[in-house]
Amino acid sequence: MTDVGRHPRIELMTLSEVVDVQGYIGNFRVKVLRKARYVDEKECTACGDCLEDCPVTKPNEFDLGLSTRKAIYQPFPQAVPAAFALNMEECLGNNPIACGKCLEKCEKECIDYDMQDKEVEIKVGTIIVATGMDVYDPTELDEFGYTRFENVVTSLEFERLINAGGPTEGHLIRPTDWQLPKRVAFIQCIGSRSEKRGNPYCSNVCCMNTIKDSLLIKNHWPEVEIKVFYMDIRAFGKGFEDLYKRSKAEGVMYIRGIPGDIREDQETKNLFLLAEDSNTGKVMEHEVDMVILSIGLIPSTENSLIRQLLTLSRTSDGFFMEAHPKLQPVDAPTKGVFFAGCAESPKDIKDSVTQASASASRANILMSAGKFTVEAITSLINEELCKACGLCARVCPYHAIEFDKEKKLPARVIEASCAGCGTCGAECAFDAVVMRHFTDQQILGQVEAILEENPQDKVVVFACNWCSYAGADYAGVSRLQYPPSIRIIRTMCSGRVDEKFVLHAFKLGAPIVLVSGCHFADCHYINANRWTQKRVEKLWDKLEKKGIRPERLQLEWISAAEGLKFAKVMKEMEELRQGVTLEEIDYTRKEL
Amino acid sequence: MAIERSESDELRIGVFICYCGLNISGTVDCEAVAEYAQGLKDVVAASTNRYTCSEPGQQEIKNDIKEHNLNRVVVASCSPRMHEPTFRVACQEVGLNPYLLEMVNLREHCSWVHMHEPEKATEKAKEMVKMGVARARFLQPQIEKEVPVDRSTMVIGGGIAGIQASLDLANAGYQVYLVEKKPSIGGVMAQIDKTFPTMDCSI
Repeated sequence: MTDVGRHPRIELMTLSEVVDVQGYIGNFRVKVLRKARYVDEKECTACGDCLEDCPVTKPNEFDLGLSTRKAIYQPFPQAVPAAFALNMEECLGNNPIACGKCLEKCEKECIDYDMQDKEVEIKVGTIIVATGMDVYDPTELDEFGYTRFENVVTSLEFERLINAGGPTEGHLIRPTDWQLPKRVAFIQCIGSRSEKRGNPYCSNVCCMNTIKDSLLIKNHWPEVEIKVFYMDIRAFGKGFEDLYKRSKAEGVMYIRGIPGDIREDQETKNLFLLAEDSNTGKVMEHEVDMVILSIGLIPSTENSLIRQLLTLSRTSDGFFMEAHPKLQPVDAPTKGVFFAGCAESPKDIKDSVTQASASASRANILMSAGKFTVEAITSLINEELCKACGLCARVCPYHAIEFDKEKKLPARVIEASCAGCGTCGAECAFDAVVMRHFTDQQILGQVEAILEENPQDKVVVFACNWCSYAGADYAGVSRLQYPPSIRIIRTMCSGRVDEKFVLHAFKLGAPIVLVSGCHFADCHYINANRWTQKRVEKLWDKLEKKGIRPERLQLEWISAAEGLKFAKVMKEMEELRQGVTLEEIDYTRKEL
Repeated sequence: MAIERSESDELRIGVFICYCGLNISGTVDCEAVAEYAQGLKDVVAASTNRYTCSEPGQQEIKNDIKEHNLNRVVVASCSPRMHEPTFRVACQEVGLNPYLLEMVNLREHCSWVHMHEPEKATEKAKEMVKMGVARARFLQPQIEKEVPVDRSTMVIGGGIAGIQASLDLANAGYQVYLVEKKPSIGGVMAQIDKTFPTMDCSI
């Protein structure tokens, strides 16, 4: 931490927030709101003289309210920067008659009540999102009595209680009588791995954190009896199993089963946990002096603004979505932006550091080159045809299309942000979007070439480059045989498949048309394939209204690894093709 | 910006059919496909090669581009996911814009998946080449533009991840702006006492 404070190339901006981001990869312009500290950061030596006379007492956030601080304070002794900060909302000093005592005390005259918030604009080439996480608040899980029973604390509160720098100077006490608890229970998976309340995912760190905490207690107070109630112990990392074994060897009891209920003895304030040990099937009541709820991690509340400003997406768990879950795990879908730490998913310190170094390396690759080659396959707006309806901007997964609703100006593509999926091209009803290298003409040319002769014998397949086309390649490599009636047209994304491609194919006599793309979570273009589905659903309605069997248009999600599925689907398509009569095809030609 | 229209120049398409040893030619009659390609509109040269991706194979493409003044190239061989970059470079080396290349996937999408139906596979291969030529007619040169990348970075969040990323990049020589909402960096890590698995202090 101190290395950051004194590094000549790191400008540390605390009490600061990103409020606006413009530009694109290599050329971001970020507006940062630097809130006033009311203390000169460079001059303050954190001597603490100002504290003495400050009349305001507030809960200390760093100790989670387990201790107090003044209105002028240092969050914790090792804080970087070491300077104090003044919370002006709490300070009485705005009115010099009321207070102003710290000002008098500070010999170096570091305190300035008139300091103003400042907005600065900074130009950067890359951005690393390390917004971290928050912890789960277990109050809603009423059965555990958090906030009702004082001796039920969270694992983070426990960290402060056992920390030498914490409010008790590292002496473990239970809140009601300030005595060392003789019997302690940890309850795992609080707010994690639950479909009903809290979150469905595993928070990754809590098992190991509890194992560590149990050892900390045993190291200091071997006589304390510790019971850990768990669903599964996930000790999968390097050195983790070893720690788990040590904990068991020290006498920590692990009981497989989460208590259904906690009861408090009103006199002794002891707690009674009713739990079934699923290994023995026995239901038992356990009396303890203190309960520690091993709370899970949740996405940071900071994320939603950052997500909007940087046009990022979330996975279903609420954490940021990577450009690719396996192959680009630290890249954001927005080029030039990278993830580090828990912003992307819950992780422990080692994994956070690993990912931070990885994202630094990814950013370094861009910056050491000093330039970035923009995708040549991007879209382009024909301003003469554009009606400024804004549909293209709405479907663009990268927010790469600028569009002024008020002024009705033609849409404009930010080429450096465009990834080339072509969804805008498929969505535009006025043919105003030219998708470079996958133009309407090029694709319709292929459709026509397929259906020029004996169209009734062919199946027209649109396959996205990254998944379905690759799945077809995999079927080939695996020598999986399927009928030769299949004709594949490659598009970068299934989102490129325009309604008119499909209708044109039917008009030219295609018996069956298949649109295939990546599975939802795997779309190479974030979520462009959601629009594929909407478009196909719309087409199904349209076909039905015209008296054409909607089954003749098929939609399938086939991944690059699913060669087997590709071959199977192709066989199904051929079966469907054989069910299409010449009369039907003739009728379709006339109707369209 | 103006829309890129087709060039008014006459189209001169070259088609290169690859045997891929026996991978394609074992099922598809490559000579028949080449002969068929020769008859397609705008195709001025069609030939076969045992391995189009080999040095001599690529050389043949380059020679033909020069000799026949080709302005579109169709290579019917394997998946573009495999060798599109190879043939793009070959085109570029003789001054043809790499985006004027079209690939037809005869191997993965035809010969390997219709191994027991050589006649039908050959017919399909012809039609695939026809599709490739149809698409090639409308191909336009594309330019890969470069944008400069500013040698500075912003790290949003000063927890352990933000600290590590900032230090790495600053040590690599870049200017780093580390933005933290709270009065101090450290994040949740700083609140934790000892850390697993080494049981040492967090700060």
